Amino acid sequence: MKSNRNQNAGKVFDVLVIGGGNAALCAAMTARESGASVMLLEGAPIHFRGGNSRHTRNLRYAHDKGNGHLTGPYLEDEFYNDLLQVTEGKTDERLARHTIRQSKDIGLWMERHGCRFQPSMRGTLHLDRTNAFFLGGGKALMNAYYSQAEKMGVNISYESDVYDLEIKDGRFVAARVKVSHSDRRIAAKSVVVASGGFQADIKWLKKYWGDAADNFIVRGTPYDKGRMLKVLLDKGAEPVGDPKQCHAVAIDARSPRFDGGIVTRLDCVPFGITVNKHGHRFYDEGEHFWPKRYAIWGRLVARQEDQIAYSIIDSKSLELFMPSVFPPIEAESIQELAGKLSLSPSMLEKTVADFNASVKGGSFDAGALDDCLTVGLEPPKSHWARTIDRPPFYGYPLRPGITFTYLGVRVNDKSRVMMQNGNLSANMFAAGEIMSGNILGKGYMAGFGMTIGTVFGRIAGKEAARHAHERSL
Amino acid sequence: MHMSAASKEVQRVMTFCNACRYCEGYCAVFPAMELRRTFSSQDLSYLANLCHNCRDCYYACQYTPPHEFELNIPKTMAELRLETYREFCWPKGFRGLFKRNVLTLVLAILVCFAVIFGTMLMFQGKEVVFSNHTGSAAFYKIIPYQVLVTVPVTIALLVLLVVAKEFATFWRRTGGSLPSFLNLRAHGIAVTDVLFLKYLEGGGQGCTYPDGQFSMVRRWLHHLVFYGFALCFGATVLAAFYEHFLHLTSPFPVFSLPVILGTIGGIAILPGTTGLLYLKTKLDRAPATGKSTAMDIGFLILLFMVSLTGLLLLIFRETPAMGTLLAVHLGFVAVFFLTAPYGKFVHAIFRYAALVKNADEQILSKL
Repeated sequence: MKSNRNQNAGKVFDVLVIGGGNAALCAAMTARESGASVMLLEGAPIHFRGGNSRHTRNLRYAHDKGNGHLTGPYLEDEFYNDLLQVTEGKTDERLARHTIRQSKDIGLWMERHGCRFQPSMRGTLHLDRTNAFFLGGGKALMNAYYSQAEKMGVNISYESDVYDLEIKDGRFVAARVKVSHSDRRIAAKSVVVASGGFQADIKWLKKYWGDAADNFIVRGTPYDKGRMLKVLLDKGAEPVGDPKQCHAVAIDARSPRFDGGIVTRLDCVPFGITVNKHGHRFYDEGEHFWPKRYAIWGRLVARQEDQIAYSIIDSKSLELFMPSVFPPIEAESIQELAGKLSLSPSMLEKTVADFNASVKGGSFDAGALDDCLTVGLEPPKSHWARTIDRPPFYGYPLRPGITFTYLGVRVNDKSRVMMQNGNLSANMFAAGEIMSGNILGKGYMAGFGMTIGTVFGRIAGKEAARHAHERSL
Repeated sequence: MHMSAASKEVQRVMTFCNACRYCEGYCAVFPAMELRRTFSSQDLSYLANLCHNCRDCYYACQYTPPHEFELNIPKTMAELRLETYREFCWPKGFRGLFKRNVLTLVLAILVCFAVIFGTMLMFQGKEVVFSNHTGSAAFYKIIPYQVLVTVPVTIALLVLLVVAKEFATFWRRTGGSLPSFLNLRAHGIAVTDVLFLKYLEGGGQGCTYPDGQFSMVRRWLHHLVFYGFALCFGATVLAAFYEHFLHLTSPFPVFSLPVILGTIGGIAILPGTTGLLYLKTKLDRAPATGKSTAMDIGFLILLFMVSLTGLLLLIFRETPAMGTLLAVHLGFVAVFFLTAPYGKFVHAIFRYAALVKNADEQILSKL
């Protein structure tokens, strides 16, 4: 890329794309296809390119009938209803329906740009009708997109840390970038900002969560520090989404601080009890299937002292869920397990005994909302409640794992950034996580972040190129 | 149970993979992994040999170095695979041959050449060996018919015995049973997997070999070598059949079936081996082990020489060079078979065994 840099010094690009994940690449490729000259600035080194997209696995898109990788139709209304359920109405119907309509058969476009889908899988997520799985996962998709973008002639610069934007009267002029220790100014006729949320900036999280944020684990890329989000908001862009909220799930406390990705997940909670550091239960572990509940457990654990919790199961349940990366902590008695988890042995024994005493036997079925529940226990356990009494006993430590933040910039259906004065920016576009709060005000739906990124990445790329072209006339 | 460092590393890697599973569409290793929650050393030896080293998972993996998890599936698999070659080798005293593969090859070549030339010159004399022989039974003027039959047949039986023994060792040591070995449907699936090199297809776009770009080149080159070798082998068996049962005497005419098959086979092996060697020079070494380079290259060069000398013998069989070329060709053939159970060739034995085991357990898991 060195030669490119020199060659491009002082050049005004048609479209500058800031970010290097799914939305950024979709924007860059689409803008290039519209004939624009494109520069893409990825903050991460080449090895860690792709933002959170490198940790994804699938994408949800609307389709009238099944195909090689989707088992059946998924129409707009069902899609929208699913979204309404997870967001509890916190969405913008017009933009949401627009996203869904634009997502129709998007798999074909993805395949034309190098994506390969996996034939519908036998996994336990029950997503094979609604979600298309990338062969090899998100990093393989990113590799394909980068390779395609390079072939098309998109200029790509890694380790390019954009720290400021020159904006005049709501119009983008140039970006200030640190690239290999030098400070550069890159001018362009329009800009697509697709640089994600701020979930990797612990200081920013502390504004809302206080010191608790020190115990949060960031599941994805350490490069999403929200710098562009802050710059845009400081320079007059209209915010969207609750700044205090983030999407957090309960994950293995032994995970690395950043970038642990999918393997840090734990699916054991519904099959045992979960206690805080004082050995007390604090929520109904069996309220619903884990895929429907794991997202609230991030916040539940975040509210416990020291942001730590322990899921405790016995040997009956060990093989009921996906194997974990870190082995469970094993003991022959509850007392011994408490010792290994640094919990009060007497308290944990009491909690387990109380729980066991209130379990009302039913017919256990891990695949259904069964009738195994507790009676007279507070909080109750509504399903899969079985006595914890068959050694060995196992413990898994849990911490909140942040996936993304909801705060973003408001955009219109053309991906154009809205300013606080009510005007639309002439040449600033936003795509991906930085604007997903427009549509996803709360909760999460598997594979929908990638939908938003792909749909708005494409729209932003096309609109940015159109704007650059009109200015050249 | 004692586990080697390579086994422990594959075990560590598989534990991560089993919690991720993003790569399950690439090959047979991941679906086989998903049938397990923990990995015994038997499982690991099996999985290492089920891996075809297509490297698709390496480029797709979020956790390759410099990520702190440092997963490198193809490399760790290759290192354990190499260990299993030594471990399942028979007789055990020959294990060291894997470690000194180049020396083994060079010594084998020297010994075979010395024996063949020595005996030829001793028994037939210079005049016979270096003069022109044409027409029926020309080869037998250089090497008597009985010798040309008994020596290769003895070598073939020996090699077959060793290969069978190594297969059986692999089968037993990876937890295989007799009933699973007798699962004919599993053999059928495994044979198809081999004939189409299904697991170098990487879900349709090929392997990321020699670098991060998907390509079918390696698969096609391997096909050239495999089918070329099969044709040459078939030609030899057919020639023996002609001699013994049809009472035809070699050398056979250029347009006879054994010569046609052998020629096509030989011609296929040349670009096949050359191409595979060329790809190795372009290799992204990050997902590769350096420990098998000499063995891999030695095997390809040997195969190349077997087919090159065979073709030269065909071209110059009516000149005084025939005697020398015959000796050289037979020398390389002898080296090829004698060293087969102690070098790269064993990948074919264990890969096939692993594919049968895989087919068998996948059939069982779907019952």
